[in-house]
Amino acid sequence: MKAKVLLSLVLLCGCLAAPQARAGDAAPAAPATPPACELPSYLLSSESQLPKVAEAIKSGKPLEILVIGSRSTTIPASEDASYPARMQAILRDKLPPQETVHVSVEIQSKKTAEEAAATFVKLMEAKRPTLVIWQTGTVDAIRAIDPDDFRGAVTEGVSALQNAGADVVLMNLQYSPRTETMISVPPYLDNMKVVAQEHDVPLFDRFAIMRQWNDQGQFDLFSPSRGPELAKQVHDCLGRALAQFVIDAAHLGPAQQQN
Amino acid sequence: MTIADQVTGTPIAGTAGAKPVDVKPAEAKPRVAAPAISLPAIGERELRLDLFRGLALWLIFIDHLPPSLLTWFTIRNYGFSDATEIFIFISGYTAAFVYGRAMLESGVVIATARILRRVWQIYVAHVFLFTIFLAEISYVATSFENPLYTEEMGIMDFLKQPDVTIVQALLLRFRPVNMDVLPLYIVLMLALPVILWSMKWKPDLTLALSAVLYAVTWEYDLYFSAYPNGFWAFNPLAWQLLFVFGAWCALGGARRMSRILASPVTMWIAIAYIVAAFYVTLTWYVPQLSHLMPKRLEQWMYPIDKTDLDVLRLTHFLALAALTVRFLPRDWPGLTSPWLRPLILCGSHSLEIFCLGVFLAFAGHFILAEISGGAAMHAVISLSGILIMWGVAWVISWYKRVADKSGAKTKNAVGNADMAGGG
Repeated sequence: MKAKVLLSLVLLCGCLAAPQARAGDAAPAAPATPPACELPSYLLSSESQLPKVAEAIKSGKPLEILVIGSRSTTIPASEDASYPARMQAILRDKLPPQETVHVSVEIQSKKTAEEAAATFVKLMEAKRPTLVIWQTGTVDAIRAIDPDDFRGAVTEGVSALQNAGADVVLMNLQYSPRTETMISVPPYLDNMKVVAQEHDVPLFDRFAIMRQWNDQGQFDLFSPSRGPELAKQVHDCLGRALAQFVIDAAHLGPAQQQN
Repeated sequence: MTIADQVTGTPIAGTAGAKPVDVKPAEAKPRVAAPAISLPAIGERELRLDLFRGLALWLIFIDHLPPSLLTWFTIRNYGFSDATEIFIFISGYTAAFVYGRAMLESGVVIATARILRRVWQIYVAHVFLFTIFLAEISYVATSFENPLYTEEMGIMDFLKQPDVTIVQALLLRFRPVNMDVLPLYIVLMLALPVILWSMKWKPDLTLALSAVLYAVTWEYDLYFSAYPNGFWAFNPLAWQLLFVFGAWCALGGARRMSRILASPVTMWIAIAYIVAAFYVTLTWYVPQLSHLMPKRLEQWMYPIDKTDLDVLRLTHFLALAALTVRFLPRDWPGLTSPWLRPLILCGSHSLEIFCLGVFLAFAGHFILAEISGGAAMHAVISLSGILIMWGVAWVISWYKRVADKSGAKTKNAVGNADMAGGG
């Protein structure tokens, strides 16, 4: 009996607190991106569009986003600071307050694009997202998979996602200067670019973005530090950039200004 | 040089003790001017070959460093082909010139033995570079634990079974990034005796067979498998075409093509193609332009495959070469200017300087990682790398000159027959 009262009290407080928290969040987050995250606009623009995302937001339907990724989608032991979580927070800030945004993450650890794509049909049946952000390429590059096979697998994966009725954003590899002499990245970047072009899918160029930050000195990606601080900051910026990218590709400009 | 010396019997420097590929063609064409023989050895070299090979070596070094401002000077940003094409073509040219002569003069067996000795040198160089790579990767594996890159560290997994990895590396099947050119070169050189033997018999047929092999490779998707999976980043079955074409040019093909090369039609086709290729590459860097590219064309064109030496890359290289031959005559006075000396010096010691370049690129990465990654540091590393390559090339040249001078007397006593076998 006591527990029940306590629970309802907690729930009540939660309901009251939530809108306040939301209002409180929106104010400081709106002004601008932190200087560390700044990027030239061409890195965040795409000619391809996200019609389903645009429609969902216009008609006030919930926006269900699925991030299909690998180990670089997360930060070990700091899930909340990883870029999908950050993107969710930023999208909730930037989109109209009545819009429900939910981001879920599907980690396909140590799977090549081909292995990941094989799971898509079932995955899409289970989740039914409006938008899928598919981050891939790293495992293929490490294992030196034939770039032609890789392109075939990405093509298949994108088709499967589109056939299941979702908008798709492709995300390429991380810029990892420390392993540059060991992993040959360019063929995988090029092939993802080709697939994105062929399927008219926006490509979030994580590689170029992170390289920009490193070159401009915003982040030192050579750092050998074992602490999670750098990873958290980079993921925060990636989450912001990705949110901005989705908003732009869905042509939600006016909605942005509501905040 | 070898031939020139033999003709006159004068013991000119730079022949006997020199490594064969370093002995550059004195004259690609048979119309060897008689007075040229008495010139110092260096003046007889086909300097254009040295110049462009030197250039290719510098560009390969810069391309192996992380991208920077200097990267914008490398030709791969202005068209389809890059330094690798130059390197392989000139290697085919010089190898055929040197060993082709040897085959005519000393017979197939001796020439083959000399080629195999050269292959061994390249192989040892490759193993040496692999050792450095192992040291670097092991260091990174033990010292670098940034949680941002846990996934990328999966590349270190091979360290868990060094027995397999090292054996596969010795078999040329495990080839880390940036170490693809030497294995390709080894395989091409291994095939050289057969190529030369066949060229001696029917050069045009050999070239045709090479083109057929290239076509078959594309048609049936033939490749060299690699460890732990995948395939060679430069498919020797495709790249041999450029090597054989270089050999064919060296053994008289260039002369027979001279009328085609001199024709204005060829020139304009080459210019048009290079401009078109430049425009296409421009769309990679200026995305605003890409909507001007017809989708059809894009679908037909992409991806431009480096592994199998895409036809677009090959033709781009041929167009560049045609224009170079036309506008840069072999007696262009600029070739002897001190400004081009560093390039020519590097180009005339290609194996040593190539290996040095790969090593310097490793070292450059290391410094960028350990000390600082700024743009200034980057520029310093690129420039000092090139200066080191130049310096070492100079020292090698100097040493050869001195060694040849002191060795000249003995060599002369033994007789000239020794000279051709000096490789």
